[in-house]
Amino acid sequence: MAMLGTAKLMPNVPQTEPAATAVSIRNLSVRFGDRNNEFTALSDVSVDIPEGAFVTMLGPSGCGKSTLLRCVADLVHISDGSISVFGRSPQEARESRDFAFVFQDATLLPWRNVLDNVRLPLEVGKHAQTGDHADPHELLAMVGLKGRENALPHELSGGMRQRVAIARALITRPRILLMDEPFGALDEITRDRLNEELLRVWQETGTTILFVTHSIPEAAFLGQNVLMLQAHPGRVKEFMKVDLPFPRSLAVRDTVEFIGVTAHLRRLLEECL
Amino acid sequence: MSHVVSSTTKTGAPPERKIALLDATAGVLVKHMPAISAAVGLVVLWQFVVWFFKIPTFMAPSPVDVAYAFQDNAKILWTNMLPTILEAFLGFVFGNLVAILLAIWFVHSSTAEKAFYPIAVFIKAIPIIALAPILVLIFGNGLAPKIIIAGLICFFPTLVNMVQGLKSASPAMLDLMRVLSASNTEILWKVRLPSSMPFLFAALKIAATSSVMGAIVAEWIGSSFGLGALIIEATYNFRSPLLYATVVIAAVLAVVLFFIVSVIEARMIRWKPAGSH
Repeated sequence: MAMLGTAKLMPNVPQTEPAATAVSIRNLSVRFGDRNNEFTALSDVSVDIPEGAFVTMLGPSGCGKSTLLRCVADLVHISDGSISVFGRSPQEARESRDFAFVFQDATLLPWRNVLDNVRLPLEVGKHAQTGDHADPHELLAMVGLKGRENALPHELSGGMRQRVAIARALITRPRILLMDEPFGALDEITRDRLNEELLRVWQETGTTILFVTHSIPEAAFLGQNVLMLQAHPGRVKEFMKVDLPFPRSLAVRDTVEFIGVTAHLRRLLEECL
Repeated sequence: MSHVVSSTTKTGAPPERKIALLDATAGVLVKHMPAISAAVGLVVLWQFVVWFFKIPTFMAPSPVDVAYAFQDNAKILWTNMLPTILEAFLGFVFGNLVAILLAIWFVHSSTAEKAFYPIAVFIKAIPIIALAPILVLIFGNGLAPKIIIAGLICFFPTLVNMVQGLKSASPAMLDLMRVLSASNTEILWKVRLPSSMPFLFAALKIAATSSVMGAIVAEWIGSSFGLGALIIEATYNFRSPLLYATVVIAAVLAVVLFFIVSVIEARMIRWKPAGSH
């Protein structure tokens, strides 16, 4: 059908426009454990993430989608291949604050109020004071938490805590936002609202977003592209474009086009098993 | 259309506040009523038993005798309480300080933890009573051996709790700090130390009461001052009311220290641990 984006695999295509690529992953392999008990989490993964894109990563559990994200964030050691983030190694990119990470758990410091949690990235690291940063009050207003600056994390709901985590991630004006199932622990209503708000934030900031999820509708609703991984060992199944117009509202999920996309994704997922 | 009548109710603040204060006082009384009545009841029972069975004073003095002992020996009690407070306090400070610093070292160096944790356990295993004469032989009859024993008693619970507290920061929190390229020092100050506070205060509350005990036990062995020495002296001279008065003071001292630590804890820790859904 026409509405389905032409599914496009991106093997080792040489970069034509280096400036337009945010993250370039080449023949990436990750192995855990020692020689006797080795486990291959990712095998020969190659993909290019264009600057400004919203890419969702989907796949069966154990396919290594979180590991891939953590490799980009320099949280997991790469066994083979390479990752470049705006032409730099993940470590250099981390140290110059090219990306921010949002975890499944909000990971707020429970003894700090909302404002101080958002300001945390400005207080630590080598680039603590030098870099230019966003106004924490504006960010809190953007995620709908104006007036809750002095609240402590335990006084907030799960959804509000995750909004604080997103504001904290945006404070350093990162060029890339890495999100590891950030709404996975939330109820569906909260999740839907945050999905819509995240799209708005993405369009307002122009940040490149890499978003891991295990929800098919979430992957289809948020992503310009869906990176489908398959397991044992983790490798790229497909890197497909989602042909739905922006700005998207929740109503798009009731359209035939949307259901077509999710049906296609579900079929791909079943092939992975 | 129609005009809206806005009625502003004038609130009489002072009487309301007074009532609130009365309410609070009454509330505290009501809340602690069972404890207060039980305590008063037991003292009355004790007085009654002493009277009824005509128990001689040297064997077990009545509460009234003890009350007179406070009055008659006020000066002795006071002069002997001061050194014990000093020993318990300094022991509390130094014992906990060493434990906290050692715990920070252990968390940053697993070699140090492997090397010294077993030694800490071994020192803990030596009975304090057995250690006291050794310390008196080394440091003499002054304050030093008492402070060391009070400190040693505080040391171990704080070390164990503090190590656990410093390690209680969640892996996700440490990942976050790594993504932010935070240094080990920054992680210690911004994450590890604050998240260890509930663990630390649990240990400090134990230490508060046991430091008084440590000081008194140390005074039993070769001391001419302090509540411990007074207990020994009163016992050998059959001055039972004085003995009881000393014991009451020692207990009150421990409770006051415990209370101070609790108040500081309530002021410092207003947050609830993360992960409690």
